[in-house]
Amino acid sequence: MADTLTTPAASWLERLRPKSIGRLVTTVLLFAGAWIMVFPFIWMISSSLKPTDEVYDRDFTIIPKTFKGWENYYGVIFEQPYLTFLMNSFIVCLGILAFQLITAIPAAYALAKLKFRGSTILFGTVIAAITIPINVTSIPLYIGLVRAGLLDTYFAMMFPFIVSVFAIFLFRQFFRGFPDSIIQAARVDGFSEIEIILRLILPSAVPAIAAFSIFSFVAHWNDLYWPLIVVQSQDKMTATLSMMQYQSAFDTDFGRTYASATVVTAPLVIAFLFARRLFIRGITMTGVKG
Amino acid sequence: MATSPLQRAQTRLAYMLVLPASLLILVIYIIPIILVFAASLTDYTLVSDHYEFVGLENYRTMFADEGFANALRNTFFYAVLFLPGAFVISLVLAIAIQEQKQFRSVLEVLYFLPVTSTLSAMALVWAALMDSGQGVINATLETFGIPGVNWFGNGNVVLYSLAIISLWSVIGFNMVLFLAGLTAIPQNLYEAAAMDGADHPVDKFFRVTWPMLGPTAMFVAVTSSITAFKLFDTVAILTQGGPDHASEVFLYLAFLEAFEYFNMGYASALSLFFLGIIFVFALVQALFTDRNVQY
Amino acid sequence: MAQLELKNIKKSFGETPVLHDISLDVAHGEFVSLVGQSGCGKSTLLRIIAGLETPDSGDILIDGASVTNSAPKDRNIAMVFQDYALYPHMSVGENMAMPLMMARLPLHARLPGMRSITPAGRRAQPEIRAEVAKVAAQLHIDHLLDRRPAQLSGGQRQRVALGRALVRNPQVFLMDEPLSNLDAKLRVQVRAEITELHASSGLTFVYVTHDQVEAMTMSDRVALMQSGHLLQVGAPNTLYSDPAILDVARFIGSPEINIAAGERVAGRVRLGDVTLPITVDGQGPVQIGIRPETISLPGVAGLATAHPGQGPSLPLNKRMVEDLGPEVLIHGHFAHAPDAPVRIRAQKSDSYGTDDALMRAESLTVTLNPQQLLFFDAHGQRLTAKALETVGAT
Repeated sequence: MADTLTTPAASWLERLRPKSIGRLVTTVLLFAGAWIMVFPFIWMISSSLKPTDEVYDRDFTIIPKTFKGWENYYGVIFEQPYLTFLMNSFIVCLGILAFQLITAIPAAYALAKLKFRGSTILFGTVIAAITIPINVTSIPLYIGLVRAGLLDTYFAMMFPFIVSVFAIFLFRQFFRGFPDSIIQAARVDGFSEIEIILRLILPSAVPAIAAFSIFSFVAHWNDLYWPLIVVQSQDKMTATLSMMQYQSAFDTDFGRTYASATVVTAPLVIAFLFARRLFIRGITMTGVKG
Repeated sequence: MATSPLQRAQTRLAYMLVLPASLLILVIYIIPIILVFAASLTDYTLVSDHYEFVGLENYRTMFADEGFANALRNTFFYAVLFLPGAFVISLVLAIAIQEQKQFRSVLEVLYFLPVTSTLSAMALVWAALMDSGQGVINATLETFGIPGVNWFGNGNVVLYSLAIISLWSVIGFNMVLFLAGLTAIPQNLYEAAAMDGADHPVDKFFRVTWPMLGPTAMFVAVTSSITAFKLFDTVAILTQGGPDHASEVFLYLAFLEAFEYFNMGYASALSLFFLGIIFVFALVQALFTDRNVQY
Repeated sequence: MAQLELKNIKKSFGETPVLHDISLDVAHGEFVSLVGQSGCGKSTLLRIIAGLETPDSGDILIDGASVTNSAPKDRNIAMVFQDYALYPHMSVGENMAMPLMMARLPLHARLPGMRSITPAGRRAQPEIRAEVAKVAAQLHIDHLLDRRPAQLSGGQRQRVALGRALVRNPQVFLMDEPLSNLDAKLRVQVRAEITELHASSGLTFVYVTHDQVEAMTMSDRVALMQSGHLLQVGAPNTLYSDPAILDVARFIGSPEINIAAGERVAGRVRLGDVTLPITVDGQGPVQIGIRPETISLPGVAGLATAHPGQGPSLPLNKRMVEDLGPEVLIHGHFAHAPDAPVRIRAQKSDSYGTDDALMRAESLTVTLNPQQLLFFDAHGQRLTAKALETVGAT
């Protein structure tokens, strides 16, 4: 750009320079901050490849002096039940998500597009319930599960979450934006209500559903509180919960410990790297424009 | 209200559609809330079948209990440590990153990475980094001549440590929210401001950026506050409330009372108090969003 | 010395050139329109004048001083944006006070909350308020000073945008398609108001629009742009009656000018079977521009054209007649050229409609006015043609 300038060229360059230095400094600072954000991951992966005595070596290097990655990860995946833990997390999260979608989407559509008595009360209840965290309702739910002898089951792990009032709220807002004229035209064309929902509404809601799915999956994958309460045996532990084991000296091999931390963290992080846009939209969808 | 056959069919369909969700809401939210209210008025403990109605006894105990006061103090102190950073640092980062045309995507990803990670796993990592004897952080400090800190062993420091970990995991989230808010500001407002003479960064910020960020800023403030009060995971994994109750935050105390000591009645009272706090925040957000920032 | 001088402005966005060497002078107090279709570069040029974009090369001078490297606020220029760009969180009064505040208060007094505390702020505030009130009264929005933009109608918002610009006492007043967001009726009204404003303030206006009617009715001079080039600059009437190239003739005038293909033969022009009483230089095909309002229909009672004249007649096959109230629009084609549509615009007089000649006829005889014909070569360049004294015969 600067090549074809005529007389004003000199002053242009002068204006350009100080700004560039400021820009440069900002960029450097931003990357320094990014390094802080990323360093724990680097440390974790690096340690997971080291033998236990090197992990806490004062003379820290990123590349392991002795590579013990294969043994560490082998130990975590095949000797310790991490595959089970991961599978449990998947089962619970997918199960929760499935139920949430099945219950929320129809209800949201009804609240958005159909008139019926009690819709205001229902919607009001939904909004109020959004503010209620699991910590408050956990006590009676726990007692109920204890009485029913259902502790330590997948059912118990999923139960409080199978209806998501947040999903109902979200999808209702989304469906409200769907043009009534299209629905009415479909009715005139002879579509039944169910067909309208399945063939018109659902396909249009795919982005919102995708974003919510990410939000829900991540939130429940990372949940510690409820699994901590209802899980009692190791074979039902979720990946997140399994980290609690390290309070006691579950594993004296530090390298392997951080290998397990990596195994637990990896699925979400990798998914994030592949589907960045979707992730960010999903996790922050509780947000801006409402 | 005249009901045509179409209307009636729709109503029937509507009831069918909302039935599953409504039933579940009843069972998962409404009944438990009622039970929590009820339980808070009893001395129910899971262990014995016999319990009594004790009225407001639990609440009286709560307000007199040093454990309660301690937990509340810890939680508030932690919130005060956490919130300014969670808000200001993310905002500054968002503003800085927005101008980085080339590196914006990369930086967004790097800063958001902690948000996607499993906090309980990363907490172990932070415990190692902050280990007073062998942790990388103290090692680095000492190479600069600064004495190492006893991050988790010192009761005066432990809340700072927890705040640092939480900030690390949350800043990317708030930053992305602010970025979305910043991107939504129409460019021609800045151009009009430039024409009006407001091209100094301070003027641009106070005249255009900050007012237009209103709804986003409100949202970030409220959700960060709620997140601060919900602190649990790192306490459960790293400190278990210690050393000596210095990091016993409110939710952790409630958790112990309910699921360790099984004082269900008392724990219910604690939960309701917690619900009250959350409710106040939600109310603040609702009021402010409607009144102040509606364009 | 002109108030605003643009010298050889060039601008590209990345690889795409947007402005190719534009030079234009605007005199003191002149109203100049930049007209053209979307994408012709007129908005970019306006933004370069404002200082919101920088040209790749070229110079901008205001009152003889180069402002090419100055920030917008240092150019003594004000701009009204297409969507007004009013600060949504400020009241009308605060919107209009912004430029004055930025100019008069030092930085520390501009921080939020400091205005009423600092001495500089306290001194400046009543002055600013008075000036805002004066401009607001001028624009009849003084009763709206406490309202927010969201509570105003489109026309009111526009006046606030105008007020915010006027309050700065600028030397040059820039407007970027200010009427395009208004409905048709309001547009006519505001057009008149802007013209009045120009007359009463005596400021230099540079006005961007894609609507040639606006440009033609409001401007002292019109600058027609196309694809980053300046096609012609001149008074509206000059562009209408004396276009330099075919594209200019096409753009100006509604409905669009008719183009008929003709041939230069022995110094004359042949159109179909008719030789036009015109002398013209050169050889080869010629494009004849015939404005719809210059074609007469002598055979139809009660219709008159704007520029009737004695001239050669041609048969026209009529396809359709649109009755627009005070005038009619006739669509058809010359008998010898069925693929070239021709439109005629004629005013109704009292005797219109007494006979059905127009509706019944499939073919009409129309008369051309040789004085009003425009001739262009195959590349669209205007050819000089002289009408002969005597009426041409078939």
